[in-house]
Amino acid sequence: MSITSSSTVSANIESEQSVLFRRPLQLACGTVLNEHSLTFETYGQLNDTGSNAILICHALSGDHHAAGTNKDSVVGWWDAYIGPGKPIDTDVFFVVCPNNIGSCFGSTGPASLAPSTENVWGAEFPPLEVCDWVESQTYLMEYLRIDCWAAIIGGSLGGMQAMYWAVNYPQKLKHAVVIASSLKLSAQNIAFNEVARRAIQSDPNFHQGNFIEHQTRPTQGLALARMIGHLTYLSDHALGRKFGRLVHSGDLDSTEKELVEFEVSSYLNYQGDKFARRFDANSYILITKMLDYFDLGANFENNTKAAFKQATCKFLVISFSSDWRFSPDCSKLIVDALIAADKDVSYLEIDSDQGHDAFLLPNKRYEQGLRSYLRHVAKTLFRVAA
Amino acid sequence: MTDINGIIEAWVEKSSRVLDLGCGDGQLLESLKASHQVHGYGLEIDSESINHCISRGLNVIEQDLNEGLGNFANNSFDSVLMTQTLQTLRFPHLALDEMLRIGRQCIVTFPNFGHWRTRGYLGFRGRMPVTKQLAYQWYDTPNIHFFTYKDFEVLCAERNINVVNRVFVGGRTNDFGLDTVWPNLFAHTAVYNLSK
Repeated sequence: MSITSSSTVSANIESEQSVLFRRPLQLACGTVLNEHSLTFETYGQLNDTGSNAILICHALSGDHHAAGTNKDSVVGWWDAYIGPGKPIDTDVFFVVCPNNIGSCFGSTGPASLAPSTENVWGAEFPPLEVCDWVESQTYLMEYLRIDCWAAIIGGSLGGMQAMYWAVNYPQKLKHAVVIASSLKLSAQNIAFNEVARRAIQSDPNFHQGNFIEHQTRPTQGLALARMIGHLTYLSDHALGRKFGRLVHSGDLDSTEKELVEFEVSSYLNYQGDKFARRFDANSYILITKMLDYFDLGANFENNTKAAFKQATCKFLVISFSSDWRFSPDCSKLIVDALIAADKDVSYLEIDSDQGHDAFLLPNKRYEQGLRSYLRHVAKTLFRVAA
Repeated sequence: MTDINGIIEAWVEKSSRVLDLGCGDGQLLESLKASHQVHGYGLEIDSESINHCISRGLNVIEQDLNEGLGNFANNSFDSVLMTQTLQTLRFPHLALDEMLRIGRQCIVTFPNFGHWRTRGYLGFRGRMPVTKQLAYQWYDTPNIHFFTYKDFEVLCAERNINVVNRVFVGGRTNDFGLDTVWPNLFAHTAVYNLSK
């Protein structure tokens, strides 16, 4: 591999595609979606035996645009890791990233039209669980004629999907890469999600979730929800290093201190507003609840070892030292349960001051670990020279 | 020179569960996997070594032995191994107890400080030994405990640890069998098989 290709070249996007499944999708809540569509992107080529496919599972606010630069000049959310010569090497693997149902980037969700009506689903969209996302992803797998994923990779909520696949569809994947994730949310995690939902629901423009009918959007509430969430994805140290007490506008030495805006305030407001423009408030509520409901051991009498006993794939688990949303301790519980279940697992605890967001950001050791692991996957599954 | 991995392999059962504490680049685990089809896990903290293990497709867990092994259940492994690492731990005696709690048997190797070279280094030069087995200056070394095989056996007796088997490994003198006659003088490395 040439060194120059690692960080400069981006994935060649098979431009955004959508597929409508007319087959019913039975949801965990009991509702049946008679049809649903998924928007997705793929990178690289599926090989003749179909053995080089990787599924990328996005997290709370992610979408299908994981790599490369799209027609709107937007760089994918995991472009640092997916592309030619990158750790998830699109010269070697066929990489698939769908936007999941309930989200708001093209796949069926609260902002889509409800069947046989002229209205959007809005608040009526059924509640979802991680198993529903995975079930819907099996439809996409079939559509793409993939029998078995070489690997399923995801960070945060994405890692939960990878674990769910491993336990419930053991024959459908060879490797699960679980990054900055958890077997279930802590009380503190749920509490942060509740504050975020309350922020949205308190916005007068929310209209109990039917804001599209009212031709408005609860942007203030959604921005506030994102600001809270965003803060929990960062570490105190990273914020301090980036902003300290720098002043964005105004003068701390003047008599008009109330006009002062700190850099960190400006940054956070900007992030909140930017997010409120691109995300759907109902989707945010729905997906944060998905996170709250997730509990890998729930169907196994809370015995995660018994859950992982079902799996046949190998695991790579990665955590980040300063992540306090899904701390290294959460990942260690996953690893301990896997070892107790006698499953193959490797675990990396990456030193980073970037908090939970570290899983999205460039980091030499994280890149090296993922690259080494996937090279070995390629070597064993379809004999690509290392 | 005697093959230490070979001695260890003879004591490990086929298809057993093995935990290698301080597994380095995974050489021993890889060899046990190939020859004995063991299901093994290595614990390591050095990032380069961890990456070697991952490249070899071995199970490696990033975990600091000094922070304990409380996450491993009682009797959850057939063999718990520790090669050339005991002397680097903050509390070697507690680590031994933990190894015996987790594993049915434990295999430990360590540098024997009673070897004539180290004795000579200290005795004649009056300096702390820097040898092939202990290749560090005193102020910058991972080896924070120095002990002889006799010291180790006193510890085992005190803690009711059963010495199932032991092999002493010497250098060139090996050929004359001196490491078996006077192991504390001629063995640079001691290999122990322990049980409760």
